[in-house]
Amino acid sequence: MAKYIVATVDEIPPGERKLITVSGRAIGVFNINGQYFALRNRCPHQGGALCDGRLSGLMQADLPGEYQYSRPDEILRCPWHGWEFDIRTGQSWVDPAKTRVRNYPVAVESGQALPQNDFEAAGWQKGPYLAETYPVSVEQQYVVVEV
Amino acid sequence: MAMTIVEAKASQKTKFAVIDCDIHNAPASAEELRQYLSPRWRRYDETYGARAQYPGAAYPRLHPSAARDDSWPPGGGRPGSDLPFLQAQLLDEWQIEYGVLNPLVGGSGRNNPEYAAALCQAINRWQIESWVEPEPRLRASIVPPSEAGELAAQEIDRCAPDPRFVQILLIARTQELLGRRKYWPMYEAAVRHDLPIGIHFGGQAGWPITGAGWPSFYIEDHVGMPQSFQPQIISMIFEGLFERFPGLKIVLIEGGFAWLAPLMWRMDRSWELMRDEVPHVKRPPSEYVRQNFWITTQPVEEPAQPSQFVELLDQLDMNDRFFFATDYPHWDFDAPDQALPSALPAELQRAILAENARNFYRF
Repeated sequence: MAKYIVATVDEIPPGERKLITVSGRAIGVFNINGQYFALRNRCPHQGGALCDGRLSGLMQADLPGEYQYSRPDEILRCPWHGWEFDIRTGQSWVDPAKTRVRNYPVAVESGQALPQNDFEAAGWQKGPYLAETYPVSVEQQYVVVEV
Repeated sequence: MAMTIVEAKASQKTKFAVIDCDIHNAPASAEELRQYLSPRWRRYDETYGARAQYPGAAYPRLHPSAARDDSWPPGGGRPGSDLPFLQAQLLDEWQIEYGVLNPLVGGSGRNNPEYAAALCQAINRWQIESWVEPEPRLRASIVPPSEAGELAAQEIDRCAPDPRFVQILLIARTQELLGRRKYWPMYEAAVRHDLPIGIHFGGQAGWPITGAGWPSFYIEDHVGMPQSFQPQIISMIFEGLFERFPGLKIVLIEGGFAWLAPLMWRMDRSWELMRDEVPHVKRPPSEYVRQNFWITTQPVEEPAQPSQFVELLDQLDMNDRFFFATDYPHWDFDAPDQALPSALPAELQRAILAENARNFYRF
């Protein structure tokens, strides 16, 4: 898998998301309480723009009337039909055996760890927006998505 | 929440032409519709308000306004209220050739029949002036004051000469069963103008959706909507509506259809045994279903095995009577390139996506 630099960390503060296109794929990168997640922006059900969806928690009940609400903001719900996906794994909670969204590893890497002028040689490919939108500083940290 | 609005682009997503038989446009505000009321009814509206049997369906329904989260116009207003956004997100996105508007604005369910008639007239004028006039791909449905048969007939007579009205829109949950006599003047007008009657999911007549009261959860309303379609079909057939009005055309919109073949079997067997109770029903009920009814696809039932969908169509034997529908902007939207099972033969997909509707509606 190739690595793409898709944003600076400042660009996606906690609770925010960024929609990108990398290698022909529309992907949403989310910051949930400081952790980054990236999912394909296409619902496997009927193709809705999944990453435009609302984030909510996991609602469970062992018995009728006994509700447990957990994992706030970690469940992404498709804006069309409301299918739910685990932001950490892309796993659908509706039918785990059948429906899974492609998810991609996301890492935060120190700017100093990245060779400034030799990304390609290091096996990196630049994302489409980094150079255009934010100047890169040595101390800056990047959000990197593997596709 | 940060959201990037992805610009809708025209694209050839389906191999075939697409006609969408269920689009829900809406006024951006109550005031938008009030402008079409006469001063007398405008004052009534301001002074006494809606006064319906049932104060209104509870929202949100899974999504705010029961709409796709991405269907809120960027410029403000409710989903379905902004024509340029609807054009981009629906008509251009899937290159839809024609779209039939079914505004669910609640005009017909008002207790004051004259007010209901005034409101329906406002809705129908608004459809033409704000939607169909500026967008020639769109067609309108006449919203009649359906609980007052004579007034409904008058509104149908008023609208029908405009060929941009292609059907008459009813809602499934009516005050009485639709076969009953109070609705007959409306059917007479429909046949007079050769306009089909579309019966759409929903309604606010005040009756529970079940035979045993009100369910606890929205999911029960959503799943249970066939319960409001089935008795309407049973009523229309056993009241002899299609013997009295053989040319009457009924389109079932958003009620599903997987249940329809077993309903036909059950009606046929009962009719064989008890036809003397309803001697005006001259033929097996399934014959009326296959002669007088049409069906829109959304929500397309999704059996566990795709082959079971093909079996379902075989049981129905109504392949030339299916019309494709998206239900835009509602959350259970069906995408034209995704909704039909790929197991369907290409010719059938072509027929369902556009050709059946093209042969049926006066586009």
